[in-house]
Amino acid sequence: MFNTQETTPTAQKAPSADVKSTRAKIADFISDNGALVGLLVLCVAMFVATPDFLTPNNLLNVGIQASVVAILAFGQTFVIVTAGIDLSVGSVAALSAMVAAFTGQSWGMPPMVALLFGLLTGLAAGMASGAATAYGKLPPFIATLAMLSVARGLTLVVSNGIPIPTPSVVTWLGGSVGPIPMPVVVLLVMGAIGWFILNRLSIGRAMYAVGGNLEAARLSGIPVKRVLVTVYALSGIFAAVAGLVLSGRLASAQPQAATGYELDSIAAVVIGGASLAGGVGRISGTLIGALVLAVIRNGLNLLNVSAFWQQVIIGLVIAVAVGIDVLRRKRT
Amino acid sequence: MSDQPILTLDHVSKRFGPITVVDDVTVNIHRGKIQVLLGENGAGKSTLINMAAGVHEPSSGQIIVDGHPTRIPDTKASEALGIATIHQELQLVSSLSVAENIMMGRLPQRFGLVDKGEMYRLATEALTTVGLHVDPRMPAGALGIARQQLVEIAKALSLKARLLILDEPTASLTKHEIEHLFGIISQLRSEGVGMVFISHHLEEIAAIGDSVTVIRDGKFVAEVPATTPEPELVRLMVGRSIDEQFPRRATPPQEPLLSVKGLTRKGSFTDVSFEVRAGEVLGIAGLVGAGRTEVVRAIAGADPYDTGTVIVLGKPLPKGRIAAAIAAGVGLVPEDRKAFGLVLGASVEDNLGYATLMSSARYGLVDRRGQAKRASAVAERLAVRMRGLGQQVGALSGGNQQKVVLGRWISAGSRVLILDEPTRGVDVGAKVEIYQLMNEITAAGGAVVMVSSELPEVLGMSDRILVMSDGRVAGVLAAADADQHTVMSLAVKEVESDRV
Repeated sequence: MFNTQETTPTAQKAPSADVKSTRAKIADFISDNGALVGLLVLCVAMFVATPDFLTPNNLLNVGIQASVVAILAFGQTFVIVTAGIDLSVGSVAALSAMVAAFTGQSWGMPPMVALLFGLLTGLAAGMASGAATAYGKLPPFIATLAMLSVARGLTLVVSNGIPIPTPSVVTWLGGSVGPIPMPVVVLLVMGAIGWFILNRLSIGRAMYAVGGNLEAARLSGIPVKRVLVTVYALSGIFAAVAGLVLSGRLASAQPQAATGYELDSIAAVVIGGASLAGGVGRISGTLIGALVLAVIRNGLNLLNVSAFWQQVIIGLVIAVAVGIDVLRRKRT
Repeated sequence: MSDQPILTLDHVSKRFGPITVVDDVTVNIHRGKIQVLLGENGAGKSTLINMAAGVHEPSSGQIIVDGHPTRIPDTKASEALGIATIHQELQLVSSLSVAENIMMGRLPQRFGLVDKGEMYRLATEALTTVGLHVDPRMPAGALGIARQQLVEIAKALSLKARLLILDEPTASLTKHEIEHLFGIISQLRSEGVGMVFISHHLEEIAAIGDSVTVIRDGKFVAEVPATTPEPELVRLMVGRSIDEQFPRRATPPQEPLLSVKGLTRKGSFTDVSFEVRAGEVLGIAGLVGAGRTEVVRAIAGADPYDTGTVIVLGKPLPKGRIAAAIAAGVGLVPEDRKAFGLVLGASVEDNLGYATLMSSARYGLVDRRGQAKRASAVAERLAVRMRGLGQQVGALSGGNQQKVVLGRWISAGSRVLILDEPTRGVDVGAKVEIYQLMNEITAAGGAVVMVSSELPEVLGMSDRILVMSDGRVAGVLAAADADQHTVMSLAVKEVESDRV
């Protein structure tokens, strides 16, 4: 739409034509980066409502609050790009953190080894979901719903329902180095890894093909099953990292940690412009989506809005954000 | 019997954007008469009947029902006028019972609950009208295609349809089933139901039709009696000289590139053997359902098979392994490019690169420069008309989309190209470009296997023609010995088969 405006010779003079095209460019930018514009508008609104919002301390707070959901959502992005869904990320995060804490505490493993156990737990859970989907032909919704229950159950089995202190390296991941909070560092590192996988690795590009048209991808020689197992495995690893960060912040792995986070992660991905129908989704969008959720929670906290109302507002934001996106896509 | 037609499509046209699919066509359908619509694939037959079915409204012209100009904005309106359409793809809900399918949307009710007894009674009554004796409680999906079709006809009749539109009803039926269907159709005709009958099978026209409307490229060509000899019907349908349209330049055939030996999959195809040499175009002709697509998909590794071997350049290919077939130089351009060929939401560049995405990667990294270079080279060579390599492939025209699917294999360096209906839904200009491309491929030492339902295309572009019938090779003809008649007679040849 905007492109046609750009080429229409409406103005005679060059300068005003320039203005037109700049305007069109801005319009294009807004339309291409709806989530980002939404986030900025949200930040300005929060700043106007409460000056406390735009203090360095509070912004770091938002980063910390966003980190766990954002890391889960990066993993979720791979899955959603292939037209799948991973409902197990919250449970897998809790299980991975619990395994790391348990192997450190009860088996006396060195902290780094315990951390590795945590990551391997996430990988194994993800690969199980992926195999059930790719080879067992279970719908992703069902396979990961099963994993949601299995992983949460195992977390309770391992912990006996009691929190376990985390190994030192995990606690370090949840803390700060000088003024810099480690969760934000982990968030940025995982985001960079996610971006690299989706944009630079052949298997990442293949994820878009599989999500866009599985049969066309298969007939072009793309190893569809391997791609599917990979996305769930990645989601499992990202969930493990998120779980480690979360437990590190509390210095203990909680059996009920990250309950319901799978929905936040899906919301972040979708607010970020991905389509549950597959084939579309970006890490940058997902990051923005996670930040939108965090900014709303943080701002509403500063404004003393009750946690009950926060849930209502976040639900509406999800509906509005995706609704705008759907309308925009229809127009173009 | 009055002379007034039940339905007249009066000088109707249908345009989709800049493309005119139906151009000023008039068809009359009378009580107790069977009007045959004849035309090549893409001639506009389906669009024409869709106007009567309420799927499309004409862009110009009018629809006259019982002498009154009428609008048919949707399928409900069509149904209310007593028009029932049996589409090529059956519309039954396979998990619901036969009775529920027949009575869908008007289930008999008692005290707000479905009155099952009454539903089964009415359904059985409807089934009797088409001579089908099945338990109305069984799921519709458990019936074979022929019986499902009869269920749809029963449903149409129970809706008091007085005009029945049958879009290629015989396409997936066996000879015996066709005879049964024709029995029903004749009976309905004698009861005064008017019918539109679409078929590619010329011999069926004389058997069942009263009058034939021939359309070509969306335009009305002639209306002739159904007793018109077949060669004359073909001439009307094809209309133009085949030589001009098909620029085949023969290349002397060289070493064998692809040999298929005794390929069999139970229920789909049996003992299929053939060889294709470098420089050769092998056309595969046959009726819909003869197993052509199934065979070529099995060769390309897209589907499994039971027994037999596929050999490319002397090396046997592993069964059902697409990547291995691609590595050996086989490329499949599937039948339905939107469903199986393209990722419509992705860019032209991405779509051109899928076949080389994994194989050109180093240490798992995308070969970005190589992919971009190959894509722009092949897009230029095939003259893909687009705004740029970043444009969504779904926004291109059908012909350009097909070029992208083809280009993917050119870019992958495939030497054996398997093209399944390569020009379906492609405009005439792009068709000729695709034929030129086939010439270039064979001239460069490649081989082409082309499955096509358009006989003129098969005759015009192939060096040899393999005709399939009922899952078997009915015969192989040299291009010089083949004409419409020899090919069709092989295609309808009775072959004993274990198919039920």
